[in-house]
Amino acid sequence: MPGYEPTFVSEYLLPGGWILLQCLLLTGAILISLAFLLYMDRKVWAAVQLRRGPNVVGPWGLLQSFADFLKFVLKEIVIPDGADKAVFLLAPMIAFVLAVIAWAVIPVADGWVIADLNVGILYLFAISSLGVYGVIMGGWASNSKYPFLGGLRSAAQMVSYEVSIGFILVAVLLTVGSLNMSDIVRAQDSDWGLLGWYWLPHLPMLVLFFVSALAETNRPPFDLPEAESELVAGYQVEYSSTPYLLFMIGEYMNIVLMCAMTTILFFGGWLSPIPGLPDGVLWIVIKIVVMFFLFAMVKAIVPRYRYDQLMRLGWKVFLPFSLFWVVLTATVMRAFDIAPWASTAAAQALQ
Amino acid sequence: MTAAEVLPVLAFYLFSGVAVTSGLMVVVARNPVRSVLWLILAFFSAAGLFVLLGAEFLAMLLLIVYVGAVMVLFLFVVMMLDVDFAELRQGMSEYLPLGATIGLVLLVQILFGVGAWFASESAPTLRVQPAPSDVQNTAALGNVLYDDYAYLFQASGLILLVAMIGAIVLTLREREGVKKQSIVGQMHRTREESIAVVDVKPGQGIN
Repeated sequence: MPGYEPTFVSEYLLPGGWILLQCLLLTGAILISLAFLLYMDRKVWAAVQLRRGPNVVGPWGLLQSFADFLKFVLKEIVIPDGADKAVFLLAPMIAFVLAVIAWAVIPVADGWVIADLNVGILYLFAISSLGVYGVIMGGWASNSKYPFLGGLRSAAQMVSYEVSIGFILVAVLLTVGSLNMSDIVRAQDSDWGLLGWYWLPHLPMLVLFFVSALAETNRPPFDLPEAESELVAGYQVEYSSTPYLLFMIGEYMNIVLMCAMTTILFFGGWLSPIPGLPDGVLWIVIKIVVMFFLFAMVKAIVPRYRYDQLMRLGWKVFLPFSLFWVVLTATVMRAFDIAPWASTAAAQALQ
Repeated sequence: MTAAEVLPVLAFYLFSGVAVTSGLMVVVARNPVRSVLWLILAFFSAAGLFVLLGAEFLAMLLLIVYVGAVMVLFLFVVMMLDVDFAELRQGMSEYLPLGATIGLVLLVQILFGVGAWFASESAPTLRVQPAPSDVQNTAALGNVLYDDYAYLFQASGLILLVAMIGAIVLTLREREGVKKQSIVGQMHRTREESIAVVDVKPGQGIN
């Protein structure tokens, strides 16, 4: 382009501003939909227990989450005596920030992603494994017994289930041949619609991933870090007002993130289930909401696990089985000569 | 100097500054739990430096393995320790000379290493060797580990396995008189052997 001079504004300020705008858009969209997902969670739970659920604020109680938000924000922040003040306040912020930044690599449609990392799935795995720090730090800094026990429980629990989640990811990645989130979805694009997605060949892994996701996000039946019948509320006991709100939003964002991960790994992300219909962002939203409905149903109908059973399930059932599945996938692909990494140009250059 | 040159340098100094500061705080912090938290921040900055070098796979691995797993267990243990902070502070002056000596030795070693890297005759050619731009570093690492050095990689895995089994054998002990749950027994319990329906007459109870 003649006369075009790259300046600071055109090279950095405008692209930087554009990225910032994308981040704000995605965060805003997620936070607002989270308000309604929370409402849905409570409504589903209520319906299973033959109650009405929230039905006062707004039509059918739709604005309940916003009323709750105001209530949390306007209350006083109580910091317990003897608490490590800095760590106590840092913990919910870490929980919230980690839950938000993980969304940077989630592709909501073809090309609609803030950071199209080569190692996207590893980034996601790293961020979700960091999520445990919010819980441990909160539990320790409260200087109180129940939060501390909750923090220790979650440390052991989340580390255990990360291991099997890691192997499940490896099994899926073997069939994709790329660590890029968009490539994982593109690899599932076939002429058969929903039959081409990975839920079919990796069906046992889907079940394992779903259960591990429940454990990883401290969701019932694995909500032992905050088991209200034994630990009152676990690591959240001493938290009130906005810090508690940050913890809660972070937790729900992680749940939705896990739904999105399940969708991308096993249900073809933004792809349309019926061949011929256009792909798009609407599909991934529908899939995430359906997954969230399943999470809500599990919360409503399954009783809490005992702690030793939880650990046994993670280490003695899930880990060996996912490891076996990795070996099986690799063997099958080798035996039938299925080319895994045909999707990326860089991989093709290697062959 | 354009912005394209300034930004990576700025990021480098940011990450390395945070890494050095948090490394210092690990030693200086009085509370061991806070020390571990500073150490986590140091790892995080190191991961940032890896990203700047273009080794994003190593950066993520550092986060997953060290920050996500090793440090969690570390924190787990440190939190459970019953540490007397006053006693810890007394030891500081006593161990300072020894610690400083070790630190100095390490510094000199690093200086020698870096010095050799700059001074040796073959260094300039090694340094300008181009990094292949068409291969992602994940794939490149995989090629080196699983194709070129597959047997060595397997051997190191075997050594780790032996070490793991050794650790388990050394620490596993059967204790007498400890009540344990038999999972198999629990799973094979039937309703008939665990529940008895008793028709209790009013005013009599069960004797």
